[in-house]
Amino acid sequence: MNTLAQRDSTSTNESAAYLTPVADIASSGDAYVLQVEMPGVDKSGLELTVENGELVIVGHRRRIDSIGEPLYREIRTNDYRRVYELDPSIDTGKINARIDQGLLTVTLPKAETVKPRKIAVE
Amino acid sequence: MSIVRYRPFSHGDLSNAFDRLSSLREEFDRVFNTSFDPLFGSSFSRWNPALDVYQDKEKFTVVAEIPGMKKEEIEISLHDGALTISGERKREESKDQGYGTERFFGKFQRTVTLPAAVDADKVKASYKDGLLEITLPKAEEAKPRQIELN
Repeated sequence: MNTLAQRDSTSTNESAAYLTPVADIASSGDAYVLQVEMPGVDKSGLELTVENGELVIVGHRRRIDSIGEPLYREIRTNDYRRVYELDPSIDTGKINARIDQGLLTVTLPKAETVKPRKIAVE
Repeated sequence: MSIVRYRPFSHGDLSNAFDRLSSLREEFDRVFNTSFDPLFGSSFSRWNPALDVYQDKEKFTVVAEIPGMKKEEIEISLHDGALTISGERKREESKDQGYGTERFFGKFQRTVTLPAAVDADKVKASYKDGLLEITLPKAEEAKPRQIELN
């Protein structure tokens, strides 16, 4: 269950300039599916890196064109960053990702060896 | 101008306690600029998409963060100078085992009372990269006007 454990360090010092995006993880038979909310980020603003057993997600926001003086602001302008430690069972060569309307979906396939498999009895 | 956060119902003290917990968490978020959602879970808080309001001489622009929806699922209405954005995000039916319940599903609503009259017929909206952007041209009488001296 701790397959995609989030590294603690991301929420402390190094992330001061970044926003931690909300995310959900689901596990199906042969893959983990990670969904991360990054409104304001399109495909070109997204950086996904797998290094040293970690998946690093960085999202740079598309700058909103000048649309006047702000009267009221809630939306933060920080870029997003979140780091996940990858379980060794994940086949890192087959990770794929897509972003649609600011929702990033990362599919992390499990390696053949850990997939549930039916053994035919002869 | 007033911005009203949607507060649907109150079911007595318990719900109020959750409200306080929620706003405390928002306070933490502001102070530490980080999200405590994983700690408190999102079941206590209702979904109030963050929004910005801008103005220039010609128009108001309202921008709201509503990631991962379909355009058809978002409703926008203008009534008595108040702009309301609402909708419902449905959880995809799935047999998958989920762990991580930070994302919010369900209904949301935000209402913005605009500080000046707008031309309701010329309001335009777009939805891109999870950002809803609504442009509301000011009514003629609300635009700043230069008075020439004779």
